[in-house]
Amino acid sequence: MTEKRDVWIFIEQDAGRIASVSLELLGKGRELAERLGGRVGALLFGHQVAPLAETAIHYGADVVYLADHAELALYRTLPYSRVAIDLVRAHSPSIILLGATAVGRDLAPRIASALRAGLTADCTALQIGDFEQRGTLYRDLLYQIRPAFGGNVIATIVNPRMHPQMATVREGVMPLGKPDPTRQGEVVQVEARFEPQDLALEVLERQSWPPLCDLKGADIIVAGGAGVGSKENFALIHELARVLGGEVAASRAAVDAGYAGPERQVGQTGVTVRPRLYIACGISGAVQHRAGMDQSGTIVAINTDPNAPIFGIAHYKIVGDLKEVIPRLIRAYTCKLANSQTGGAKT
Amino acid sequence: MPYHSIVLVKQVPDTAHITGEVMNEDGTINRAALPAIMNPEDMNALEMALQLKDQHGGTVTVVTMGPPRAAEVLREALYRGADQVILLSDKKFAGSDTLATSYALKCAVERIGGYDLVFCGRQAIDGDTAQVGPQVAEKLGIPQITYAEAILALEEGSITVRRALPLGRETVRCTLPCLLTVVGSANQPRPPSAQRMLACKLAASPLEYARLLETWPEFGTEEALDRYLTERGLRIPVWSAADIGADEALLGLSGSPTKVLKVDYVVFESRTSKEIPPTEEGLSLLLGDLIEEYIL
Repeated sequence: MTEKRDVWIFIEQDAGRIASVSLELLGKGRELAERLGGRVGALLFGHQVAPLAETAIHYGADVVYLADHAELALYRTLPYSRVAIDLVRAHSPSIILLGATAVGRDLAPRIASALRAGLTADCTALQIGDFEQRGTLYRDLLYQIRPAFGGNVIATIVNPRMHPQMATVREGVMPLGKPDPTRQGEVVQVEARFEPQDLALEVLERQSWPPLCDLKGADIIVAGGAGVGSKENFALIHELARVLGGEVAASRAAVDAGYAGPERQVGQTGVTVRPRLYIACGISGAVQHRAGMDQSGTIVAINTDPNAPIFGIAHYKIVGDLKEVIPRLIRAYTCKLANSQTGGAKT
Repeated sequence: MPYHSIVLVKQVPDTAHITGEVMNEDGTINRAALPAIMNPEDMNALEMALQLKDQHGGTVTVVTMGPPRAAEVLREALYRGADQVILLSDKKFAGSDTLATSYALKCAVERIGGYDLVFCGRQAIDGDTAQVGPQVAEKLGIPQITYAEAILALEEGSITVRRALPLGRETVRCTLPCLLTVVGSANQPRPPSAQRMLACKLAASPLEYARLLETWPEFGTEEALDRYLTERGLRIPVWSAADIGADEALLGLSGSPTKVLKVDYVVFESRTSKEIPPTEEGLSLLLGDLIEEYIL
């Protein structure tokens, strides 16, 4: 039975677009399925979404389970979980992965509960490995790796006995693969059937807005932490980012303090970023923050505390008060810019 | 029309204050080693239930599962206006993952019965999983509304809720009973009422009697203390696995499909950093470096 080794990816889509985390997971799913000798299955639910099946195949799916039904037009927990649970019962995949998005985190526990499957939330890495418990060796399990306990530790979780093994995966941590337009795959039409209680909830209105900022795609990030001290001072972070042509980010402490919106949070419970330049201002460098930015190309840290942990991973260390350092930095940069423009030195 | 609400809360370690000594060898958490608080979004869930009661009447029952000291969060709930609190505590619950936890909570909710709404916080700050709410809803066979921010309307048999999503907003209408997981932006939880604190200060579960008798030896025996508290409605009931009719195989470690394989401390590659003086000259040299290397 090869099916038992299959890796399934839930394809999150909205208005004819597949969420980037689902595409990232198709790539990861390929890697896992090849290791296990199984296939990659994509769960594509919605209404008039058939054209997306091809995209899923290009990104790594071998088979797309396509459920196209008017009741699936907008995501709702019960109809989506009904279709997913029926499919899992019929095909017994080994692994099911979902993005750790609002949808994935709503849907995954519902499915896992019905199937009595183990589920790990917010994974940041996935591997295949063995697990031994009381003399029994379980081969080729999914290692579900996630930060735990306020980000101070990284836990590796396994589901040895009860399958499927389920996990939600944080957006942006798996690399987005290149689509291969020559890839071929199978599309299986799934007939969605609902019980009246599956339709207990109706969506009266839905508004969605695009991400307010694109941290993942930014080359330069200027980030502020609790040390910024006030929302007024946080304007300095915005000003420096504007001058350098970068995005504004914040630590969890700064978001909790209300200096910046949650969409700007970098760290284990926020976004993982790898910009060319990361300037950390007034960020002490809790594990939870460093884990989200330590792979940045060049890290500049500004902090009044010479022993702040952020300096341990910084390439450039500036001990000083950001309220003085940032204005100086802005002046120095505008000066350099003016010089290079008049002198034409920088090409 | 009065509504009967059940609020599921969790006592969590205050994860802002972590030392290396709080992990057990098997990778589980030694909660006893940390200060404990009511999970912040559970506080919002309780507030939403209390506001519902203020407007429509009804009752608010608060349930938590945990060790004896989890009664602390139940007293917090009483101080804020809960009508009834229940502690699920049993060695058989120990080591439960989210699936086993949600099974125990489901059994408790069913034993309480007669509810219109179940409220939970969206997620707990120790695990950040957001799984228990939806799993309880699934086990109860009722719909769930996650990310609930406001109850917009409540009519007989249906509720209209605004959901606050990370990248959007949604209004949904759902039949009752249903389960809501509540986000932090929903409300400002009320402070404990001084009057209720005075009235409920002594509230305790039988698991705490031995400790209480040390503080108040004048009660003499646990029986006498029990009688005293029961007469005043201050006895916090403790339900065991047997009390909620739970299948033991589905509880604790045996009922938990997920196992912790290992726990690693996060280690960062340390770098030698170049110190830049915070002067205009120093910063100018830094910028020069960055520009030269095409970083800026």
